[in-house]
Amino acid sequence: MLKLQDLAKNKELFSSGHRACAGCGEALAVRQILLAAQPRPVVTAMATGCLEIFSSIYPHSAWQVPMIHTAFETAASTAAGVEAAYRFYRKMGRIEDDIRIIAFAGDGGTYDIGLQALSGALERRHRFLYVCTNNEAYMNTGIQRSSATPLGADTTTSPAGRVLLGKVQHRKNIMEIVIAHDVAYAGQTTVFFWRDLASKVQKALDAPGPSFLNVLVPCPLGWRHQPSETLKLSKLAADTCYWPLYEFENGRYKINYEPQKKLPIEEFLKPQGRFRHLFGIEEGAKVISELQRFVDEQWDLLHRKQALFGASENKDKD
Amino acid sequence: MIVAKTGNEALAYAMKQINPDVVAAYPITPSTEIVQIFSNYVSDGEVDTEFVAVESEHSAMTACIGAAACGCRVMTATASQGLALMHEMLFIAAGLRLPIVMAVASRSLSSPLNIHGDHSDSVASRDSGWMQFFCETVQEGYDTLIQAVKIAERAYLPALVAIDGFILSHCQERIEIFDDRDVREFLGKPKPNYNLLDWRNPILVGPATLQDYYFEFKRSEIEGMNRALPIIEEVQEEFKKRFGRGYPVLEEYRCDDAEAVVLVMGSACGTCRVAVDHLRAKGKRVGMVKLRVFRPLVHPLLKKSLAKFKAVGVLDRVDAVNSYGGPLFTEVSSVLYDLPERPKLFSYVYGLGGREFAPEDATFVFEQVLSGKKDELVTYIGVR
Ligand SMILES: Cc1ncc(C[n+]2csc(CCOP(=O)(O)OP(=O)(O)O)c2C)c(N)n1
Ligand code: SF4
Repeated sequence: MLKLQDLAKNKELFSSGHRACAGCGEALAVRQILLAAQPRPVVTAMATGCLEIFSSIYPHSAWQVPMIHTAFETAASTAAGVEAAYRFYRKMGRIEDDIRIIAFAGDGGTYDIGLQALSGALERRHRFLYVCTNNEAYMNTGIQRSSATPLGADTTTSPAGRVLLGKVQHRKNIMEIVIAHDVAYAGQTTVFFWRDLASKVQKALDAPGPSFLNVLVPCPLGWRHQPSETLKLSKLAADTCYWPLYEFENGRYKINYEPQKKLPIEEFLKPQGRFRHLFGIEEGAKVISELQRFVDEQWDLLHRKQALFGASENKDKD
Repeated sequence: MIVAKTGNEALAYAMKQINPDVVAAYPITPSTEIVQIFSNYVSDGEVDTEFVAVESEHSAMTACIGAAACGCRVMTATASQGLALMHEMLFIAAGLRLPIVMAVASRSLSSPLNIHGDHSDSVASRDSGWMQFFCETVQEGYDTLIQAVKIAERAYLPALVAIDGFILSHCQERIEIFDDRDVREFLGKPKPNYNLLDWRNPILVGPATLQDYYFEFKRSEIEGMNRALPIIEEVQEEFKKRFGRGYPVLEEYRCDDAEAVVLVMGSACGTCRVAVDHLRAKGKRVGMVKLRVFRPLVHPLLKKSLAKFKAVGVLDRVDAVNSYGGPLFTEVSSVLYDLPERPKLFSYVYGLGGREFAPEDATFVFEQVLSGKKDELVTYIGVR
């Protein structure tokens, strides 16, 4: 099993001095991912978004690994080009090292504008890890809704008003979309669970084809919580089953975390300003109960997938 | 060796000889065949290229950028909507100073949909920081694509080589092709500025820059373009020395004692040559100025050449929809502005959406320019 003291011995490849907000889950995720990736040499690409802005303002850089940024919707296609170059050099015997490529993009750059490029790159089976640092909105442009934004969240383009109580649609299931591409590995996790995240990074990087990680990264600015509560919210997301920790590997689903006691969704919503308008009014209670229903249904569905396509029963046939 | 090839075949063949490290592309008429034919070379192992058949032109250009940032020699081909879809990434390729070379079979832009040749696509990309070459013949397209690789790599700027859609892309011409070995020797190995895959020496490509640095980056990119012309000329000289053929950046055809000339780009140069010969036979003092390089805008050459004439008709195979004539016309007007004595300038827009441009149309233009009289600001040739 992965040990914290081992990870702690690794080099910090995402250095301090970047400009993320205090308590930014995204910065935390990237740092953990680059710690976990070692000792594999990695080359990275990122999309326009918070990460790019807080890590790459010239003449400063937080990256101790090669990094390329091109545009908002292009993390996957840029990585595809880098991977093609890598394949070319390997083929010609000009690179011997076993380099891994990681692409980072926010939920906007993944679920929305970058979905086509992601789909194309997965279908072509470029060998790279695509990480969605998912804070459930377009934070860099000022907290607009994305298709990863949950029902009822107050964002600047789904504002809670007199008639509409925040976003009126549920979020999109990106994991299933990615899994439908027959990826080598896909995992969902969040920053509180450092060991889960680190081991998923390692599995994903060693997978023989394209792999994907959907990492929930609480954002104090957009979620409107205290910076000190980022990790607590990250844990609550899993304990309420709002954010199941699971993975898809070799055609099998595996739930990696069963909360001892499944908490009601309110526990996750309450500390966050983006859901404040839902509390204390009847219409808001309806939205909360619809969210609860959605979470329960998804959680149940995941269990059924695990039962049907899980690891345990098929073990003997291996 | 002399062979018969369409423009697309010739460009695909040039690509084979160039043997780029990475090609990422997406099909669109009339450039589809270039990549199609090239992918046969890939399948047959005739090139070392890593070929990426992407899901859109946006990703094609992006993947080219990713690979070029790793120091690879990178090429693609497109046209029309494809080039328009790449638009965002064209600026990024240029801003990162990546010598990507792109073949374009020029075509009109929607709407309405039209697959035929005009210069809407390339000209709409003129401010993206790419060098742009417009070719008169299939032979010139073949030669220019090879030259462009060297020019781009020396200037650290991307280059677009345009042949007119269908008129050149699909018409067969008798062309001379070189030996693979000679082409490869002429080009040598790329000498990239940087290599992202050199993970022991990490670099950050494409950072965010704010008010304090962006302008300086752009200024140095602009300087790169300012210095492109001598590099283009230098490579053309080397090409001529090696292969015995060359094209000036700006060519004057029978201009010596001409009173009226037309300025033109692309395949219509051929049509204008015919018209010039025909009118010269009748004793009319006309000539043609062929502009081969549209970016960088070769203003010293244009100024020097056009200042000599009484009247110049500027032919644009695209309209800028600015209510004031074609893009080349407005650029040439400004180039000539500070001359003490300026030639009369006439704007002609012709050939949109593949509309025929015959020697008679060119003759009409010459006669009007010679007469020095014209009612409209812009004349649209052959519109019903
Ligand atoms: C083509 C294009 N459209 C819009 C933008 C503006 N833009 C930049 S970042 C961003 C949102 C990023 O959101 P997300 O991907 O969720 O990342 P986050 O900032 O939340 O980490 C947007 C809309 C852009 N850069 N490019
Ligand atoms: S807005 Fe959110 S995601 Fe962006 S830097 Fe701040 S905390 Fe991080």
